[in-house]
Amino acid sequence: MPPRILQTSAEPAALLPGRFQQWFAARGWSPRAHQLALLEKAREDASALLIAPTGAGKTLAGFLPTLVELSTEAAERNAGAKQSLVSTGRSVQRSGGLHTLYISPLKALAVDIARNLERPIAEMALPIKVETRTGDTPVSRRQRQRRYPPDVLLTTPEQLALLLSSDDAPFLFSSLKRIVLDELHALVTSKRGDLLSLGLARLWRLAPQMRAIGLSATVAEPDQLARFLVPQPGGKEAAADIVVAGGAAPPEVEMLDTRERLPWAGHSARHALPEIYELIKANKTTLVFVNTRSQAEMLFQNLWSMNDDGLAIALHHGSLDVAQRRKVEDAMSAGRLRGVVCTSSLDLGVDWGDVDLVVNIGAPKGSSRLMQRIGRANHRLDEASRAVLVPANRFEVLECRVAIDAIAENAQDTPPLRTGGLDVLAQHVLGCACGEPFLSDELYAEIRTAAPYADLSRQDFDDVVDFVASGGYALKTYERFARIKQDKEGRWRVANPKVRQSYRMNVGTIVEDDMLKVRLVRSRGGQGKAGGSTGVIARGGRLLGEIEEAFIEGLSPGDTFVFSGEVVRYETLVEDQVYVSRAHDKDPKVPSYMGGKFPLSTYLAERVRRLLDDGRAWGGLPEQVRDWLSLQRDVSQVPAVRELLVESFPRSNKHYLVCYPFEGRLAHQTLGMLLTRRLERARARPLGFVANEYAIAVWALGDMSFMIRDGRIDLNALFDPDMLGDDLEAWLAESALMKRTFRNCAIISGLIARRHTGEEKSRRQVLFSTDLVYDVLRKHQADHVLLRAARADAATGLLDLRRLSDMLARIHGRITHRELDRVSPLAVPVMLEIGRESVYGEAADELLAEAADELVKEAMG
Amino acid sequence: MRVSTVTITDVTFAADLSGALFWEEQRLLVVSDLHLEKGSSFATRGVLLPPYDTLATLSRLAAAISRHDPRTVIALGDSFHDRKAHERLSSDDRDAVAALQTGRDWIWISGNHDPILPRDLGGTIADEVAIGPITFRHEPTGVRGEIAGHLHPKARVSARGRSMERRCFASDGMRAVMPAFGAYAGGLSIRDVAFAKIFPANGFVAHLLGDRRVHAIAASRCS
Repeated sequence: MPPRILQTSAEPAALLPGRFQQWFAARGWSPRAHQLALLEKAREDASALLIAPTGAGKTLAGFLPTLVELSTEAAERNAGAKQSLVSTGRSVQRSGGLHTLYISPLKALAVDIARNLERPIAEMALPIKVETRTGDTPVSRRQRQRRYPPDVLLTTPEQLALLLSSDDAPFLFSSLKRIVLDELHALVTSKRGDLLSLGLARLWRLAPQMRAIGLSATVAEPDQLARFLVPQPGGKEAAADIVVAGGAAPPEVEMLDTRERLPWAGHSARHALPEIYELIKANKTTLVFVNTRSQAEMLFQNLWSMNDDGLAIALHHGSLDVAQRRKVEDAMSAGRLRGVVCTSSLDLGVDWGDVDLVVNIGAPKGSSRLMQRIGRANHRLDEASRAVLVPANRFEVLECRVAIDAIAENAQDTPPLRTGGLDVLAQHVLGCACGEPFLSDELYAEIRTAAPYADLSRQDFDDVVDFVASGGYALKTYERFARIKQDKEGRWRVANPKVRQSYRMNVGTIVEDDMLKVRLVRSRGGQGKAGGSTGVIARGGRLLGEIEEAFIEGLSPGDTFVFSGEVVRYETLVEDQVYVSRAHDKDPKVPSYMGGKFPLSTYLAERVRRLLDDGRAWGGLPEQVRDWLSLQRDVSQVPAVRELLVESFPRSNKHYLVCYPFEGRLAHQTLGMLLTRRLERARARPLGFVANEYAIAVWALGDMSFMIRDGRIDLNALFDPDMLGDDLEAWLAESALMKRTFRNCAIISGLIARRHTGEEKSRRQVLFSTDLVYDVLRKHQADHVLLRAARADAATGLLDLRRLSDMLARIHGRITHRELDRVSPLAVPVMLEIGRESVYGEAADELLAEAADELVKEAMG
Repeated sequence: MRVSTVTITDVTFAADLSGALFWEEQRLLVVSDLHLEKGSSFATRGVLLPPYDTLATLSRLAAAISRHDPRTVIALGDSFHDRKAHERLSSDDRDAVAALQTGRDWIWISGNHDPILPRDLGGTIADEVAIGPITFRHEPTGVRGEIAGHLHPKARVSARGRSMERRCFASDGMRAVMPAFGAYAGGLSIRDVAFAKIFPANGFVAHLLGDRRVHAIAASRCS
């Protein structure tokens, strides 16, 4: 069922009223082909997916059909009948409902779009009312919007869910003609996309005449994305028509040809600082993307320390204060900045015309992601965007090289469409019961029209409804506490108003990490004493910002780390405040986050393996990297494309096993955990392991080279896919990552509330721990719907199990072992991360025993 | 298995991995803060936690009892999560309690969650119990020879960027606070000021419940 891909230009005159044509002409523009194509789709009463690069006038394209329709409708309105008033039966007179809904992943984007729409509406004197509705919209305006809806409402997936759960939903939406979904490629990769798809399904029932327009960057599988926009008829697939904007000049991407020595490991790219500074100096406005917040902090600080020219360089990332971020964005729009150091916080957002260079520091991770970032430079379509990639270490050189090749081929690697989460479904079912009562059969049919839930089984649906009602437990003891109840006709409705109130306060699928406030205080003396007493440290102190609780939990008092651009020492934690003092160390003992949130894409990983395997292709690599690979070929071997290379060697009284799956940090951490378990069983006495994007190193007291030689370790058995059976189950029982995954599902599904009566509860205030709930549920009802939801998340989320299982199947029976007398060149980067990256050991007892014996200070490796 | 011990004044207790203490000479087993029916207690307020916590807690208690075969069992207060918790016990759970009591003395000590204990669940009811130099009561006062519960001690040990948090006994050799035994009972960090009030200035030891043994670690080393 390949939908028609348009690259057409229709007759502007036929589609665009005179007023619009004059407006375009007055600004010296002419409507683009894809803008006209969307008008044509609207005229055909069809839904459409517009795939266009940034700068193609995507947003205007999405709104043109609405503007045109409303301009003619208004003319008819003025000529004839008066504005209709609708009685709702509650003795309240209201005007008609909405015409167009616009959904954006960012509330800031919704606000900006409203501002941008004002201009054509004002200049053409169109009688169209546009309003935004976000979490920041005052209650009075929200109430007014429900009585007197604007023509066009700009909002977010969460606000849509809230509106749909209200009594006003039929009135608000029954007149809806169109929904515009912006940045659809970004929305559909997360649970917010699941929530949005369920909202769409509801809208299709309330407003069968509604059509959808999706706006998206280029993706790997546009056909799949197009399914999201139309109701799925059971049993087969339906998709919206696809419109592709052509004409974008291919970007010019190069790798920084550094004069410096390329680091073996690390992600700071400190070696290239002067060169990055020169790039900013040589261009009008440069966006410098890094993968993590702490890298952004560090780079920003370093650039300022060498900023002899006083260039206006700013910092932008997600944990900066919102006001601060807006200030940077405004300065950027006004053209007052020469450079902005930023994270994925700027991956999406308003168009800035004047960016002429994008610099990407570190690993690109995926080709689509990189292309979208590069698209932030130069929003004029006919000019090429320019980008420079700055690898921070040798492996990243390989990744940058293949990413540049992938971009040249316009090869996309966006993830496939999600299968809808059962936790999100539970939230939605409760939301539905908050509105009009529903019948199970009808709701099940409705939900299956949403593409991510098209294959939802009746069993899963019934289990979710049962969960929402009384917990879904085999032990039926909670019927009397049910949150939703069935009436005589079988319709489900909320049991009491408190349930509705709780739903309203907890809507949404974004579960924030627990954040702690970081305050700078004076140290209370010697390092040995830090944390040695329960005495209260001087309270107060300057607020530096916020940090993830999970990160702080891994620290001992006295550990140093980088925060807000300086090296600080962890002193103590009191409630939600972390007290740190200024440290005088040059290098922090515990570096913050190593990679970004996203692992290396499967697609780029495959290309890196092919590049390594093909010595002829090494010509495109810097000389230092070629020499490194040649040396590896001489002393060991370069990993072959279809095989898994395993090396073993001794080093300072320990024995190391290093393998190179290239499957990304998340899958490697899971694999490392399982390998350590198996090696322990084989009595190799493993001590720990470390994983990066490319490799895993395990170290042990036992001589693993010898054990492999005499058959006590069988590598094929060690890497057998059967490790995903019992070993995985045993590990999942205690895995902190799995418990975090479960906690997120518990919150999203509404089992536990994250907000009570308006205040956010931090985890330390919650009266029970979801970890304990996980343990008990796992033991007593292992197939409970929440555990199923958590396992489904684990397949793609923090544990990346699916990728691991694909890899194990791929390399099964194809393991090449090299026994070496010392570390190989290829192993050096991962070995260097030992002691820098968090070390994941096996059992709790080992860590505790270590602490008990005060062995902690002994250096590893 | 190496037996871990906690000594209070001159009495040595075996520290059971489950969070119980066993006094060999007296054949006395002590557990604290069972918080039975905590799950259903939340359910009455609309938080539908899995209703298996009582079953889970009693199973672990049964295992501890079968390991030590005590003559006397002391439940050191907060055995029931709320005043009506005992009414919500399933008949299976009631039978399980009765089976555990068969052939031994059973003492329910009252706690702040269960100041009035049910009369229909067997055993003796008391506010505190003194045996030799040791006094058992729910809320710690810090006197010499006291074994108490109430605070749910837990401790976190961190090293090299990873960390582990476990329930623990807190003791300085003169007095002890027991970990909560209940499946849903949360914990309070031993670095909380509540512990400083009980243990005099020269510090105390956290006996953390590991997977295979109990680890004694100086409280100052924990967070």
